[in-house]
Amino acid sequence: MINISDSATKLNSLNRRMFILAAAKIIILGGIVSRLFFLQVKENKKYLTLSDKNRIREWKLPPIRGEFQDYFGNIIAGNFEAYQLHIIPEEVEDFRYVIYRVKELLELSEKQFKKVIKKKNEIKPWETLIVADNLSWEKFSKINNHLYDLNGVKPVISISRDYPYKENFTHILGYVSQANENDLLTNENIKEKFVPGLKVGKTGLEKSFEQKLIGSNSVERYEVNAYGRRISQLAFQKGDKGETIKLTIDTKIQELTNELLKEKAGSICVMDIYTGAIVAMHSSPSFDPNSFVFGISQDEWQLIRNNPMKPLVNKSLSGNYSPGSTIKPIVALSALENEIIKPDFTVQCRGHKNPLELYGQTYHCWKKEGHGFVNLREAMKQSCDTYFYEVARRLGVDRLSVTAKKFGLGQKVFKDVFDNEKSGLVPNTEWKKNALGRNWVLGETIITGIGQGFIQTTPIQLCLMTAQIANGGYKIYPKIVANDDNQYADKFTPLYKKSRNIKIVQDAMFSSTNEVRGTSYRSRLDDPKYRFAGKTGTSQVKKITERDRELDLKTFEIPYEERDHALYVAFGPYKSPRYALSIIIEHGGSGGTVAAPLAKELFKMIIDRHEIRKNYDNKKYLDI
Amino acid sequence: MYQYRRFNNKNGFFQKFGNLDYVLLSCLLILGFISLATMYSTDGGEVLFHTRSHFIKFVVFFSMMLVISFINIKFWFSLGYLSYAVILGMLIWTINFGITASGSKRWIDLYFLNLQPSELMKIFIILCLAKYFHRMKSQHVNSFYSICFSLIIIFVPMSLVIIQPDLGTSLLIALSGIVVLWFAGLNHKYFFYSCLLSIISLPIIISFLKPYQKLRVLTFLNPDRDPLGAGYQIIQSKIAVGSGGFTGKGFLKGTQSYLEFLPEKHTDFIFTLFSEEFGFIGSVLLLLIYSIIIYRVIRIGALSRSYFAKLFCYSFGTSIFIYVVINMSMVLGLLPIVGSPLPIMSYGGSSMLATMIGFGIVMSAKTHSQQSIA
Repeated sequence: MINISDSATKLNSLNRRMFILAAAKIIILGGIVSRLFFLQVKENKKYLTLSDKNRIREWKLPPIRGEFQDYFGNIIAGNFEAYQLHIIPEEVEDFRYVIYRVKELLELSEKQFKKVIKKKNEIKPWETLIVADNLSWEKFSKINNHLYDLNGVKPVISISRDYPYKENFTHILGYVSQANENDLLTNENIKEKFVPGLKVGKTGLEKSFEQKLIGSNSVERYEVNAYGRRISQLAFQKGDKGETIKLTIDTKIQELTNELLKEKAGSICVMDIYTGAIVAMHSSPSFDPNSFVFGISQDEWQLIRNNPMKPLVNKSLSGNYSPGSTIKPIVALSALENEIIKPDFTVQCRGHKNPLELYGQTYHCWKKEGHGFVNLREAMKQSCDTYFYEVARRLGVDRLSVTAKKFGLGQKVFKDVFDNEKSGLVPNTEWKKNALGRNWVLGETIITGIGQGFIQTTPIQLCLMTAQIANGGYKIYPKIVANDDNQYADKFTPLYKKSRNIKIVQDAMFSSTNEVRGTSYRSRLDDPKYRFAGKTGTSQVKKITERDRELDLKTFEIPYEERDHALYVAFGPYKSPRYALSIIIEHGGSGGTVAAPLAKELFKMIIDRHEIRKNYDNKKYLDI
Repeated sequence: MYQYRRFNNKNGFFQKFGNLDYVLLSCLLILGFISLATMYSTDGGEVLFHTRSHFIKFVVFFSMMLVISFINIKFWFSLGYLSYAVILGMLIWTINFGITASGSKRWIDLYFLNLQPSELMKIFIILCLAKYFHRMKSQHVNSFYSICFSLIIIFVPMSLVIIQPDLGTSLLIALSGIVVLWFAGLNHKYFFYSCLLSIISLPIIISFLKPYQKLRVLTFLNPDRDPLGAGYQIIQSKIAVGSGGFTGKGFLKGTQSYLEFLPEKHTDFIFTLFSEEFGFIGSVLLLLIYSIIIYRVIRIGALSRSYFAKLFCYSFGTSIFIYVVINMSMVLGLLPIVGSPLPIMSYGGSSMLATMIGFGIVMSAKTHSQQSIA
């Protein structure tokens, strides 16, 4: 039996302890409440942001790429609607059945089919599987007709790059293709806008103007659950299309250049001699850039890559050629400017029997019989090598190189617009000492006088050189983007000492094309409206041996790789010059017979198109 | 004569009915309603399995509680040791024949219910120890023999639960037992020294923990060390609670749970979901309801005549308090994550059963408050 007092002690102790604990409980509750207050009221903003970060995910869509237009506003690189076929595996009840049905309808090869299956296994079931990225209309409509038993298959129209003029603009524009790791590493902008399937410029202007062309992504904002599945769309933010870039190219002339260079390897450049606007620039052979947009097939790629005419090289900008006789206007001008010779300076050319001899080396004129006594105009007209050997000998390579560089040789014409442009080479004594560690020898000066030896030029440089002679000797900056309003302080500064010297050279070039015995006399245009002046060039790719000289083979009898390059530079109309051009046909033979006739075709069109170009400018002015 | 009649009337059915604690009952009903609403939200705004099952369990066990209320407290006193022994048997049974789920053996298959004996032990250890100390003279409470015996009563079920393994429940069982010891009048210094001892031996205990338990402790100390792995639960839970704000995101609008970022949202983390949807206001209200319940339980104890009833009510009230506090501290990132349900709110039959038995006994103490136990 518990006695009363003991029971009372126990109850006392119990109640006392209950009291202590109740106090502790209130404190602890206070702690919990303050923790709740801290999380829910004080730190609410932070956790709200975290919660939104959890549940809201953004999907970037590929941006719509800006277009390229020619001078007249025709789209030369645009966007077209590609027909695609998407499947979200999760939404398909019987994936095996559907995929085999699709395979049947699209006539997919085993290889393509395996690729699709492999892709399917790599993605999450609620992600989109792209079965075909560019379907023909026929197949697309076939799929649409069979949609009733293709549950979960989505025919989609997506925007993709299109080059309507196919191979015509390939080397100017370049092409686009799937962005690869390298693109992401080198271009921050691409990295920022990257989505799977994004196509970016790989070469040419597509690459140079990536920044402007790429546009901005449209963004879809979705609420997602913890596993990343989209629950509902919250917002759609439309991106901007990339900038449209207008070029100075005239598509009609560009197409003609393509036509003229068919089956040949070479380049044609046409330039406005006052504005520096490139009217046409083509490198042949070319290829269809459309085949790169959805990834080129291995066979097609090998075909392009292994073509001996090198379609992948933009010859207009990265082809280094010996200028041959096309350098002669510069040699003559340099000699006149430095007052080495007067226009009536005469040299006797005595043919192959009596070549110029110097330190045991002989230097032949191209003409077996020789030209006899020739002055500057006559030497230019008939392209007498002996005359220019003598002029070069008196002038010296250093003074020549100064004039040549002034006129745009030996440096990049477009600065950094094209990443594949080469700067060519204008040699001088100092350069040889530095680069090769040997002293310059006189013989090298002699052959530089006829554009052989170390000197290397690109077709666009020759075009610029001719343009600057044609416009009366004033500096211009070539441009290919129409609204490129770079202000150069030294634009139109004279490059001559005496403007009469330029006139003399222009006149000599006129005689070469329009007078009897001129090297390109047969390619002349008699109508004064179209009359043009030019200079032919034939550059050797290998040294002519004594034996070759005796054989005197015709061009077609020589193996392709050893044939001469045919060159021609010209400007027109002669009365009031407006356009300059340069033509190079690789291994074409002689400039007079192969290259100059193309100029005839070109000038006809260029001068006719000039009216249209001018009117277009004026009308545009009125529209504003 | 008058006295006698009054005493007799007290024992009548209607008298008992009138003696029920209606504040406590209505609080329990409100809590039940809140828990059903929250369960409905975890099901994504539909009456699905969890809601339906929780509803049935609540109704059945609440009725059971009412039935228990009418059973004389003496009966529970007499059942003290026996029930403890039965549950202990069940725990041993569990170890041998229990159902294994997510790596631990905790349940016995009773066909209509998967019973988790460890949950029941939380209540019956209180009952057992209350009976043990009821008979004891105050000078014997601090004797070596009684301390040893009561510690054995605590340690046996605790170790049986630990080997399931279920650290959370075993700790709660131990805490419930210790609470009774405290109320029984065990000397303060024992608590003080054992606290000190456990703090000192903490590093040693940690070294005995299983790798995943160690990870939980480390994660508690710094949840950001593995935000997608071990720290995921606590980070997401804090985000849910924090983003709820003052007034909450609204019923059925908790994005964290609705979009499945919340782990264990039906059971241990139910408070997180509630707090996300009803905000600070709602959470404080919920705490208030729990406080009223606990207050009423303790008040019933204070009004009871018998030492056993007092000891049980105080201990049970305090245990409920501990369960609530531990669960909330856990989801609010104040304690490491241990499996501990929130009484009545969390989904789980055994926990509900145990809690309702507890409340039943408390209610029985109320209806029989004048009953003295020899």
